[in-house]
Amino acid sequence: MEAFQFIQAKTVDNALDAARPQAGAKFVAGGTTLIDLMKLNVERPKTVVDINGLPLTQIESTPDGGLKIGAMVRNSDLAHDATVQKRYTVLSEALLSGASPQLRNMATTGGNLLQRTRCYYFRDTAYACNKRDPGSGCAAIDGFNRIHAILGTSEHCIATHPSDMAVAMMALEATVIIQGPSGNRNVPLNEFYLLPGSTPQKENVLAPGDLITHATLPALPDGTRSHYLKLRDRASYEFALASAAVVVTMDGNRIRRARVALGGVATRPWRSPEAERALENREASEKNFRAAAEVALRGAKPLHDNAFKVELAKRVLVRSLKVATTQAS
Amino acid sequence: MNKNRDPDVPSNGGVSKVSPDNGFDKPDEFTRRSFLTQLSAAGIAAAAAPLIHSPHAVAAPATVIEPVPETQVPGAVPFVLNINGRDHRVLLEPRVTLLDALRENLQLPGTKKGCDHGQCGACTVHVNGRRVNSCLSFAIMHQGDKITTIEGLAQDGELSPMQAAFLEHDGFQCGYCTSGQIMSATALLKEPCGSDDAAVRECMSGNICRCGAYNNIVAAVQTVRKNA
Repeated sequence: MEAFQFIQAKTVDNALDAARPQAGAKFVAGGTTLIDLMKLNVERPKTVVDINGLPLTQIESTPDGGLKIGAMVRNSDLAHDATVQKRYTVLSEALLSGASPQLRNMATTGGNLLQRTRCYYFRDTAYACNKRDPGSGCAAIDGFNRIHAILGTSEHCIATHPSDMAVAMMALEATVIIQGPSGNRNVPLNEFYLLPGSTPQKENVLAPGDLITHATLPALPDGTRSHYLKLRDRASYEFALASAAVVVTMDGNRIRRARVALGGVATRPWRSPEAERALENREASEKNFRAAAEVALRGAKPLHDNAFKVELAKRVLVRSLKVATTQAS
Repeated sequence: MNKNRDPDVPSNGGVSKVSPDNGFDKPDEFTRRSFLTQLSAAGIAAAAAPLIHSPHAVAAPATVIEPVPETQVPGAVPFVLNINGRDHRVLLEPRVTLLDALRENLQLPGTKKGCDHGQCGACTVHVNGRRVNSCLSFAIMHQGDKITTIEGLAQDGELSPMQAAFLEHDGFQCGYCTSGQIMSATALLKEPCGSDDAAVRECMSGNICRCGAYNNIVAAVQTVRKNA
């Protein structure tokens, strides 16, 4: 690991000041992504700003019935929060399906949104990777790409976004609150992540020195049910091959409102408005779930080793909808 | 290594001076770790023999290597870590992980380095009562925290209930993952975790055991939970 300047921030202003003048400064919170990648020389920040002292650890109800989550709230605390478990079940389930209890005790809400891909070519500096080293090529496209994306890919990058939490937040229509040198802004999560296109190194709309301070969740209609289902190579402590977050509001057996997001199959947490339209105002039935899954995966571009993900993603979505629509409300 | 060894050096190196009864009955004088330290010192001496071209250079039994006088590492920062109830003043670069600080600088090698990337759990310690992977945290981020390692579980020479249960249920084979398993299992007692074995397996999934002692580990954890 390369040496770096270390700065401890106590306030948000502290942190912004510390990061502003430094080209290549990184904030460290839980450290579970950054320190891992620094050991691999994938991340080589000249300055590391420790934000563990920032007072961003609250989970608060908002006046409009939503939730405001501090960026430093640990994944385990968010997963076990009573309000999250009751009203935003999909988020609690997604968090508890990610990583391990130890890592969830470290990882934060803000950091989880910024997790880097688990693509093994990105993580190994011996290989070409446009995300790590722009213009160097993509070793995954012609390499072993079983874990890679089938949606949102480009000829420059096929790496999946690894977060479970972000997939649930996508289906919950979360907003990211950002402070930075160029001012403060609120960005809907759906507009936060970028497709790789020809610039896979640019994964989101954050500018250098920007800090995520909170994520907010809007209130959900009464009687809304939600579920997160994750399929992977082992039962726990593994990244998704395919996952689905669904948030549905029922009217008898009819689906009045549906929000659908997929994980493990796309270059960003993948909201599917097509699947939502295919579900809304229709009966909750396996036939309709399957039809929604078909449209959600219509644009899939399987590669040499990951064609199985097309059917897997459809099945995880169907199963997830089945569970969510048959839960006792 | 054997083919390079000077024939004058006894094959058991410095170990020949220590009788078995001496070793295991008096842990203050001779411990497993001091045994291993002597063994590796002997190995270094033997391996070096052909290079220094002196038949006498390694004739004496190996002794513990002299501690190197503390050198000023460029960029090292002084700070205090509270570990197992004691404050330790350290002088470390910011890039030193909590795991490396414990093992390499504070002589607390009970915490193990497995993968060094948060994928195995061998390095699990408690920070303010919560279990974390010490390999994915810089030591300097833990000023003011209360850190507990496996060395801090036993009180007044008495094993903690979880340590005792791992012994009773044979919750290990090679033992390398064990301190991480016990630290995880100890923290689990205070966490929301379902009562059945499947829930324990899920709550313990951050600790990999390549020997596959999982059944006995679950039994140990459940015994402590039932007696709590």
